[in-house]
Amino acid sequence: MTTAEDAARLGLHKVGGRPPLRAYVSEVWRRRVFIFSMARFRIESENQQNSLGMFWVILKPLLNALVYGLIFGFLLGSNSRPDHFVEFLIIGVFIFEFFSQAWTAGGKSITNNAALVQSLAFPRMVLPLAAVTQRFLQFLPTVGIMLVFLLINGNPPDFHWLLIVPLFFLYFLFNCGLALVTARLSVHWRDLNNFLPFLTRLFFYTTGIFFSIEERFGPRPEDNYDGHPLVLKIAAAQPIHEFLTLARSALLQGPGYGFNERYWLYAIAWSIGLLAFGTWFFWRAEERYGRVD
Amino acid sequence: MAVSTDHERVEPAATHGRKPVVIVDDVHVEYKVFATGKRATAADRRVIKLGRTKQLRTVHALKGVSFTAYEQDSIGVIGTNGSGKSTLMRAIVGLTPTSRGAIYASSRPSLLGVGAALMRDLSGERNIILGGLAMGFTLDEIEASYDDIVAFSGIEKFIDLPMRAYSSGMTARLKFALASVQTHDILIVDEALAVGDRKFRARSEARIREIRDNAGTVFLVSHSMQSIKDTCSRVIWLDQGTLVMDGEPDEVIDAYNESQDK
Repeated sequence: MTTAEDAARLGLHKVGGRPPLRAYVSEVWRRRVFIFSMARFRIESENQQNSLGMFWVILKPLLNALVYGLIFGFLLGSNSRPDHFVEFLIIGVFIFEFFSQAWTAGGKSITNNAALVQSLAFPRMVLPLAAVTQRFLQFLPTVGIMLVFLLINGNPPDFHWLLIVPLFFLYFLFNCGLALVTARLSVHWRDLNNFLPFLTRLFFYTTGIFFSIEERFGPRPEDNYDGHPLVLKIAAAQPIHEFLTLARSALLQGPGYGFNERYWLYAIAWSIGLLAFGTWFFWRAEERYGRVD
Repeated sequence: MAVSTDHERVEPAATHGRKPVVIVDDVHVEYKVFATGKRATAADRRVIKLGRTKQLRTVHALKGVSFTAYEQDSIGVIGTNGSGKSTLMRAIVGLTPTSRGAIYASSRPSLLGVGAALMRDLSGERNIILGGLAMGFTLDEIEASYDDIVAFSGIEKFIDLPMRAYSSGMTARLKFALASVQTHDILIVDEALAVGDRKFRARSEARIREIRDNAGTVFLVSHSMQSIKDTCSRVIWLDQGTLVMDGEPDEVIDAYNESQDK
C-alpha cells in the first residue's frame, strides 16, 4: 500500500491541495461575519488616524467633484456636455470613486496581509471580499450625499430612484469579481499594483464621467457628423459606462436619461459573469497565496 | 503518487494505537536562489532558459525527510541554524511547496512564528476577534473565550492599542494565545516562545501540554533544550536537511549536544 492510500484511509489530506470549489465557497460563506467585521474595523482604524475621521468618506468625493467641476465645467468648454451637467458629473465622480477604490484595495488585499495569510488557516478569498466590502460601506454615505445634492438641485425623487438598489448590488458583485481576479494576478506579478493607478485613470478619462460619450461620438445631423459607431459599441460593452449610464437614468430625468433595458442585461451579465469567473480563478491558486517563494 | 517502502517510514516504537495526524513522506524542498541574494521567481527562471546569464544556485533545504506524527504527540524539532527546521514547518503548513514527496495532514495547521502582527493597524482586541472569525469560530464562541485569551496573553492593559505599538514579545503572546484556543488540532510553534519572558514561557509550555492531553498535536521548534525537555514527548533532530534522529527527548537531545560539543 502506498503512503497516499494510507493517508486517504486515515482521513488525511494532502497539504497544499485545495478543497473542491463547492466546499470552498461554503467555507467562505461561513466566514461572512469575518468579511463584514474586517471591513468595519478597518474603516474605524483608518478614521482614527485622520483628525476629520469619518467625515473624509464624504469630503473626498465632494472635493473631487468640485475640482473636476471647476476644470471641466468652467475652464474647459465642451460641446459634448449633456443636460443636468452638474448632476451628471457628481453621479459620475461619486460612483467611479467606489470602483477605483475597490479595485486598488482588492488588488492589494493578499499581498498586504501576508502576516495573516502565513499564520492562520482560512480561505483566502475572504480578504479581497473584505476589501471590497469596506469600500462599499464607505460608498453608501456618499450615495446619501449624492441624493441630497440632487434634491437640493431640484430633481424631485420618484420611484425610479429605487432602481439604484439593485444597480448598486450588481455593482458590488462586479467589483468583487474584479478584485478576486486582480488579487490573484498581483500575487503572481507584484508590479500589477503599480499599474493600477494608471489603469483606473485610463478608465476615468475614457468612461464619460465629465462628458457624454453618446453626445461626443453619436451622430449629429446639424453638423453633418455621422458619429463614430465603433466607439459607441465599445462604450456599450464597457461595464463602468453601463453602470454610470444606468445610475444616471435612474436618478435624472430628461432626454438621454430613459430606461435602458439593454444596459441592464449587460450589467447583470458582467456582474454575475465576472464574479463567477473571479471566484473560480482565485480558487485555482488557493494554495499559492501564503507561499514565501 | 509516492510509493514508500517500509524502511522509509519511520514508526516510533510505541504508538498505542493513536491516530496519525501528519504524515511526512520523503519530502524534498529546493529553493532556486540567485547568487546575488534575490530569490528566483517563475518569470526569472523562464528568462534564464532563454539564455541570459545570471548565477542561479539551488539550495537543497530538505533532503528526503519522512516521519509520522500522531495525536497527543508534542514533537520538539532541533538542529543548528539552517538545518531546515523552519522550512519543514512551513512545508507542513503548505506555505513552502515540496519539490518531491508529499505531506498529509488531518487539518490545516496554524503556524506561529516570530515576526509580524496579524493586522498591525488594528487593536489587539480586533485582532483576536478577526483571527477567531478567520479560523472559523462564531462571534459567540469568540466572546466566550475572549477573556481567557486576553488573560492568557497577559496584555490586558494594551489590548485596545493598535498592534503596531506592541513589542515583539507582546505580539508573540497575543498570537500564541489566539492560536492555542483551537484545541484538538495541530499547532506549530516556530521559535515564537523565544521572545517571551520566563513567566509567559512557563505558561505557554503548560498550554502546549494541555493541547497534547486534549488529543492535539504540537510541533515546537526551539533552541532551548529545557523547553523541549519540559514539553515534548518526542524529538526530531534535523541536520543539513536530513533527519538524523527521531525518538525519546533525553536520548536525542543528549546525542545532539554531544555532536555540538565536538
